[in-house]
Amino acid sequence: MIAPAVALRDVTCRFHTTRALKEGIPAYVAVDQTSLKIANGEFVSVIGPTGCGKSTLLNVTAGLLKPSEGSVEIFGDILRGLNAKAGYMFQADSLLPWRTALENVTLGLEYRRVPAPEATAHAMEWLDRVGLGGFGDRYPHQLSGGMRKRVSLAQMLILDPKILLMDEPFSALDVQTRVLMENELLELWSADRKSVLFITHDLEEAIALSDRVIALSAGPGTHPIGEWAIDLPRPRDIAEIRLAPRFVELHRLIWETMKEEVLKGYVQSQRK
Amino acid sequence: MSKASGNKSGLRGPMLRFWQALLLLVVFAVWQALVVTNVLPKFFFGEPIKVLTRAVTWFTTGTIWPHLATTLLETVLAFVIGATSALVIGLWLALNPTASALTEPYIKAMNSMPRVILAPIFAVWFGLGIWSKVALGITLVFFVVFFNVYQGIREVSPVVLANTRMLGASRSQLLRTVYLPSATSWVLSSLHTAVGMAFVGAVVGEYLGSSKGVGYLILQAEGVFDVNTVFAGILVLTIFALLLDGLVGLVEKRLLVWRPAPAGSEAH
Ligand SMILES: Nc1ncnc2c1ncn2[C@@H]1O[C@H](COP(=O)(O)OP(=O)(O)O)[C@@H](O)[C@H]1O
Ligand SMILES: [Mg+2]
Repeated sequence: MIAPAVALRDVTCRFHTTRALKEGIPAYVAVDQTSLKIANGEFVSVIGPTGCGKSTLLNVTAGLLKPSEGSVEIFGDILRGLNAKAGYMFQADSLLPWRTALENVTLGLEYRRVPAPEATAHAMEWLDRVGLGGFGDRYPHQLSGGMRKRVSLAQMLILDPKILLMDEPFSALDVQTRVLMENELLELWSADRKSVLFITHDLEEAIALSDRVIALSAGPGTHPIGEWAIDLPRPRDIAEIRLAPRFVELHRLIWETMKEEVLKGYVQSQRK
Repeated sequence: MSKASGNKSGLRGPMLRFWQALLLLVVFAVWQALVVTNVLPKFFFGEPIKVLTRAVTWFTTGTIWPHLATTLLETVLAFVIGATSALVIGLWLALNPTASALTEPYIKAMNSMPRVILAPIFAVWFGLGIWSKVALGITLVFFVVFFNVYQGIREVSPVVLANTRMLGASRSQLLRTVYLPSATSWVLSSLHTAVGMAFVGAVVGEYLGSSKGVGYLILQAEGVFDVNTVFAGILVLTIFALLLDGLVGLVEKRLLVWRPAPAGSEAH
């Protein structure tokens, strides 16, 4: 059997704030004893209330954050340092503002010392593929939010990572742009079936995109509280699939479990 | 007639320029009148007409050029050397927490010291030629740029950093593609101040002891109580400071195309 693309084993993440250290308050446990697996080529969404520790989990998988306990395995190998097999799409803007869209897309190739003409040609192809053919010479501030996300997508995909880590990539977009981007993502993904760990706080988005949805509890001490296989047929159209009876059924099923946690998360955010 | 829109004062373009010029003319006229009628003593306040004649003759006879060239050379050298060293040292310190913690109090102390006071020391060290002025200019430029470089490094968004690391940047690639451009953009936005400082360093240095430069002309004229020439020197310095500032503005516009235009200003 092929090893899973990602396997988190009993991962716990604690945060020590300087104030907490001084006053002897115990560290904040963001993620508690969490295990999850993503099979090769699987699209998995992780969903949970805001502030529960989704980004933390993703950072651990990316190798940007070392878990306090537990281990991360990538295709069967223990992860040390950065995860070179993964591409990461951040929630916030992550483009270099002083580089044009094209120059942002070539960035990763530049780091790999690919000759400039070759990198540029390749980046132009990718800009075309994400629908930004004519916008290569624009700077990020001259692009809309949706366009910047497309550039980020091209910037990540040009390196052909085996694993995609996506942190609420479309949460800042308006509904129409979002549906467009989700469809595009599915289309790109279906071309070569990368393994995807997709973070969102939007249940509909999670169901529409994924093979599997994992729900997290509210923090502190976040851990998975449920897991559902999404047996909707592919290829899917994001706008249409929401109307399918099976979609509605899955939505109700997952929401039943999550309702309580969302409420808990809300109460906690009020207390802060 | 409809009021011109887009400008609160209602004055725009050529009309505004005309009134601005007129305002200047009126000030000079009043000054001239006060001096001619002996309300203000000529000896201390000079005569605008003579000041202007003086300035114009400098240019028509060409006597001002070697002095201006000297002052500008000192300004440029002070700026280039000061800014480059501040960029290098600033980058190095900003990326080395230990070195930065170690030197912090001394950098703060040197920054709060009134550095003009160093001019006599520089005169002793470097003589009365251009280098003592350049040195003074450097001490003024250095800190302006240094703190901006520091800010530029600190302002790099952690998300941008994480992103470039995930794209596979090595440490030196990170420096070249993220830290350096960010620091440079901050340096560029402090360009006006930095160039102004270099100019101040040159003129003050000259004024405190030199054998060439516009500051020297002023020093000399003052020695013989020639107030008109002092004013003429100030006039020339002001005009060149403005030209220099305009030039810096052009450079800044060229190099910072990637920046969003500040709110309220027109997009290019
Ligand atoms: N570097 C950090 N230091 C201290 N606390 C942190 C840090 N990063 C995240 N946290 C805390 O951990 C919790 C989970 O954060 P995060 O993973 O960003 O949540 P999510 O992405 O689900 O909104 C939050 O309560 C947050 O305040
Ligand atoms: Mg998050």
